[in-house]
Amino acid sequence: MRILTCVKRVPAPGAKIVVAADGQSIDTNMLGFAVSPHEECAAEEAIQQIEQHGGLSTVMTLGPAEAEEQLRTVISVGINEAVLLTTDGSDWDPMATARALTVAIQEIEASDGPFDMIFFGNESADSGGYQVGIRVARALGRPMVTGIKGVDVADGKVTARRDTPTGSEVYELPLPAVLGIKEGINLPRYPTLKGRLGAKKVEIKVMDAAHQESGQSMVTLAAPPSQETPTEILGHGADAAPAVVDVLEEIGAL
Amino acid sequence: MSTLYFVDHDRGEITETVLEGLTAARAIDSAVAAVTVGAAGDGLADRMFEYGATAVHQIHHDELTDYAPAAWGDAVSELATSVGAAAVIGVGTDRGSEVMAHVAAALDMPLVANCIDIDASDDIWEMTRVRWGGSLHERTRLEAPVKLVTIAPHSSEATPVGGSGTVTEFVPALSDGAVTRIVDRVTTEEGVTLATAPVVVSGGRGVGSAEAFAPLEELAELLNGAVGCSRVVTNSGWKNHKFQVGQTGTVIAPDVYIACGISGAIQHWVGMMASKNVIAINTDPLAPMVTKADYAVIADLHEVVPAIAAEIKRRRG
Repeated sequence: MRILTCVKRVPAPGAKIVVAADGQSIDTNMLGFAVSPHEECAAEEAIQQIEQHGGLSTVMTLGPAEAEEQLRTVISVGINEAVLLTTDGSDWDPMATARALTVAIQEIEASDGPFDMIFFGNESADSGGYQVGIRVARALGRPMVTGIKGVDVADGKVTARRDTPTGSEVYELPLPAVLGIKEGINLPRYPTLKGRLGAKKVEIKVMDAAHQESGQSMVTLAAPPSQETPTEILGHGADAAPAVVDVLEEIGAL
Repeated sequence: MSTLYFVDHDRGEITETVLEGLTAARAIDSAVAAVTVGAAGDGLADRMFEYGATAVHQIHHDELTDYAPAAWGDAVSELATSVGAAAVIGVGTDRGSEVMAHVAAALDMPLVANCIDIDASDDIWEMTRVRWGGSLHERTRLEAPVKLVTIAPHSSEATPVGGSGTVTEFVPALSDGAVTRIVDRVTTEEGVTLATAPVVVSGGRGVGSAEAFAPLEELAELLNGAVGCSRVVTNSGWKNHKFQVGQTGTVIAPDVYIACGISGAIQHWVGMMASKNVIAINTDPLAPMVTKADYAVIADLHEVVPAIAAEIKRRRG
């Protein structure tokens, strides 16, 4: 089986995002970077599927040269091959991203054959466009569902499960298929020392990425208006319970 | 300008978010027409008129008996082409985002997701959209013959206007390919769910273990609410990811969010910042959750939560 996971280099979640003075980018001075959370789980899922079914896993990213860091991170936990589509580091809109990924995937598949499954994260943590994976899937003419929390492959089909507010629903897709993976499908493993050392030696395939204008253009970034509200302290111990219940009563929650 | 609003319904059921989206769509174009896919959505026409749609297009097809993301996207894009729509607006729910992305791919048009305000007064639209689940705003321009956007959940207030209009049926051709559809549905929870509960009692690192969630569960039950948790809790294996509130979990907007032992990291905050009232219980008075909350108790949740439950029971007699 061959599985491709597409990942994005994003500022490590939890960091304070500060907009640069010109409003055109974020200040990356103090930021660490990571693989976007849903995609980290997607890479782990790919590794687990290959452990189960045998085969080869590949990771691909569209990003600046520094994104090599994220590729080596997923290689260190078990992904076999990596592809970097190099950009100048500027923000690419989802349509342009999807186009570039599609071209690269088609090029690789022309020589190596199709990927049985391609995993995307449900949405990237930073720009959250919710669309790159779906665009790529349709360009490749493959079925696609998002929000996936369970993957089972058998008999040339993948059974994909996703959570609903009241339970779950299950889809069946013939292979080759594309899935949008959601965090929670698994707990990504930590790299071993051996994995980390080995990752340094893997050769990363570097490919060009052609940017195409799409009609969507960013004007500026800005911090949202401050959300600090005055906090009413109800107490400093269990004896605050009556005050809390008073508040709940006032709100109408009782 | 012909504007369509895609209605995210589940077998005929909609959430308040869907009405918020229609209100926002109506602000862009007061002549907006709502679109429902599948016969199960037909019964929603009256509510669509109530909240401002001037027409309802009901898409019917044998392949559209239940949710099928790509097929729904194809159906909506075929309708958009058929009526010469200049804009299709959806809401940024899971399915809303998914279907609109399929529409965007089918029409080969850009899609601007999760907009909190839109200036459509010009041929080139300008909008504010959210990044990082809401902790960063992006001002963006959209130039396209068919404008596709989704409205960020909890960014508008659903406003009924009591209108009326025509209902028309549309039957799309759809492609010959197999339709990827739901093959099984399992319901494990009845009643209150995290996504829609008016009260959520949520626990973070401070809870300490899976077992220690019991008092939170009791309190949630007393308040007819649901239990939530932070990412630390799911990563530690104390609770299933289904309970996770946050950017990569479930985004909620309850009347009351009781945050127990949760520090309030930004990716958690964006998952519940639309809550109407936040009560934080934490030993750290400087925790972001405490400073941002409406009310706080600076103490150990293991003492406070059972005390709140006891007080509620005492008052109910």
